[in-house]
Amino acid sequence: MTTEPTTPAAPAPAVRRASTRDRAGRIFAGLSTGAGALILIVLAAVAGFLLLEAWPALTAGAEELTSISWIPDDGSLLTYVGPLIFGTLVAAVLALLLAVPVAIGIALFISHYAPRRLSSALGYVVDLLAAIPSVVYGLWGGLVLAPLVQPVWQWLSETLGWIPLFEGPAATPARVMMTVGVVLAVMILPIITAVSREVFLQTPRLHEEAALALGATRWEMVRMAVIPFGRSGVISASMLGLGRALGETMAVLMILSPGLTYSLALLLAGRQQTIAANIALQFPEASPLGVSALIATGLALFVITLAVNMLARWVVARRADFSGAN
Amino acid sequence: MTRLRQTPHAVPSAAPRALAPSQGRRTPGSPGGRVAAAAVAVVAALTLTACGSDDPLNHPWRPGPAAQEGAAGDGAAPEVEGLTGTVAGAGSSAQEAAMQAWIAGFQSANPDVSVAYDPVGSGGGRTQFVEGGIAYAGSDAPLDEEELAAAQERCAPGAVAELPLYISPIAVMFNLEGVTSLNMSAATIAGIFAREITRWDDPRIAADNPGVALPDLGITPVNRSDESGTTENFTEYLHEAAPDVWTFDPSGNWPLTGGQSAQGTSGVVQTVQDGQGTITYADASRAGTLGTVALGVGEEWVPFSPEAAAAVVDASPRAEGRPEASLVVELDRDTTAPGAYPLVLVSYTLACTAYADAADAELVGAFLSYVASEEGQAAAAQAAGSAPISDALREQVLPVVEAISQEAM
Repeated sequence: MTTEPTTPAAPAPAVRRASTRDRAGRIFAGLSTGAGALILIVLAAVAGFLLLEAWPALTAGAEELTSISWIPDDGSLLTYVGPLIFGTLVAAVLALLLAVPVAIGIALFISHYAPRRLSSALGYVVDLLAAIPSVVYGLWGGLVLAPLVQPVWQWLSETLGWIPLFEGPAATPARVMMTVGVVLAVMILPIITAVSREVFLQTPRLHEEAALALGATRWEMVRMAVIPFGRSGVISASMLGLGRALGETMAVLMILSPGLTYSLALLLAGRQQTIAANIALQFPEASPLGVSALIATGLALFVITLAVNMLARWVVARRADFSGAN
Repeated sequence: MTRLRQTPHAVPSAAPRALAPSQGRRTPGSPGGRVAAAAVAVVAALTLTACGSDDPLNHPWRPGPAAQEGAAGDGAAPEVEGLTGTVAGAGSSAQEAAMQAWIAGFQSANPDVSVAYDPVGSGGGRTQFVEGGIAYAGSDAPLDEEELAAAQERCAPGAVAELPLYISPIAVMFNLEGVTSLNMSAATIAGIFAREITRWDDPRIAADNPGVALPDLGITPVNRSDESGTTENFTEYLHEAAPDVWTFDPSGNWPLTGGQSAQGTSGVVQTVQDGQGTITYADASRAGTLGTVALGVGEEWVPFSPEAAAAVVDASPRAEGRPEASLVVELDRDTTAPGAYPLVLVSYTLACTAYADAADAELVGAFLSYVASEEGQAAAAQAAGSAPISDALREQVLPVVEAISQEAM
């Protein structure tokens, strides 16, 4: 990428206006540098705020902490935040497992299978999904989806109950992690679909035609040319979705019956809770030290999100070397 | 500034109304609303003189901008008496709906008064009150010893007043098709919520409900997932009325892990509505179409009602060793008084019997006497579903509230 004027059509005026262009260019460079710096400052400010506000809880003794009614009896912040981190990861990973296959399917359909008119309409509808606020997803999940899926979870626990994940009997109403996973999956579907679709569309035409010319069917072409090319893009799209799922608050708060355990049972009520939902849940009645303890859990979430993003970067960077993309 | 004003209405109404905005009117209100407000103000003026001092020396009868405005909004009223000023409070979120009704009622009677209430939570309200940041507070729990000492210091030379002005019955509600009411003793309720009684056709439930067809269905108890005063009062009731079954200490945070839970009153009620065989505890005004439990009190079964909730407060003794103005009741949760419903949430209003600022004293006194009045309690009952306090309790509260006004004079 280059920022210099590349239009060969009118070289003479370009030279004449070089000085004004130069000034505009410098202003623009300054602005974009400022914007870039701003994001770093904001990030540093958030990290600083979290550390500063969490400090009283991080340094408080066990006795002080047990005065908060929802801190476990041993008064350790670690035993409190542990199940929360676990629950957050379970929710996000579950959402990702449900969403990614569907998102890739939609993206491939739009980019390679659907008739042109249908594909643009479908892309538009998928993007619309992203515009629905999460509190609406929460309401929908709690009021409509949970009663609807209860018989399905019931069946799941009866037939697959021997797998610890689907341990029964399924809770009524279905305010369980499985329902949360489905709603989160719907919420992160648009972002994964949109990014994957763009990546698939950028597959070099020559690769596709070469595959077809060698006698590949359309599915084989997709498998051999499109998916390998788009793999790193799909991974970064998934990480974007994962970021959203990790931090999602309202939907989890409104759907899940929370509990602080390390249980993987997805169909039982009161087993898991996520960090973000827990902060929103306990904040209104929290004492100053309680608020500080909640912010300490927020700090944990910040670190997790950072780690996940760095992992994603690393994965993408590694793949980029031999995928032929970028 | 706070003054009781009374002015002969001699000004043509149009001019002052045009002037009104430049005269620093404090309370926002549309000109249309002012007509109604001023009409009510006349009625309120009578109430206010009843509880305040009517010593003319301290209440100079002179015209002021407030009086002119009041008159301007109401062409018919010959004279208008009114309070002005701002008073701020904070605390219990349980009281929020009632407090909004009280503030609306008080402000429409006194358009130049601005009363604020910030529902930061009981703990925050008590802290701010003790620190002197606010003039009154709402708290679901009385002050503890440490806070009481600090509050006495803050209120010196007066004393701290704790007034049980918000009584809210908590109902145990359930969702069972075809069953609208069940009798349960405290031990049975404790057994259900401790997950020892797990099926609806358990003999311990059936024994108290002859003739009710109880289904062969699992019980799903639903509790609040957030820390709440409702949970604290409910666990306190179970702890005191059924100590053998409910072995947990009273706490605002539900002591058991696992099981169904939801955020806030709406959350638990919604959860109960969504599932068959569910049972929860919540503010009684939210029961709607759900079945409710009549509590075993002595030899009888008492369903919740505003009168029954007020009755338990009357039947309970005053807490001892507290200042005279502190009307803290030690709720007798295992009461056997006939017709008393012991599962209630009592939320207190904290105030001082004397304020350094006379204006604060008069405003707080006037506001709290409205809150304790029959109209005030009826407004809260309508807005928040609380139980109006009994006349017996009102007779105890009013002298304290009236003393607030007098001591500042």
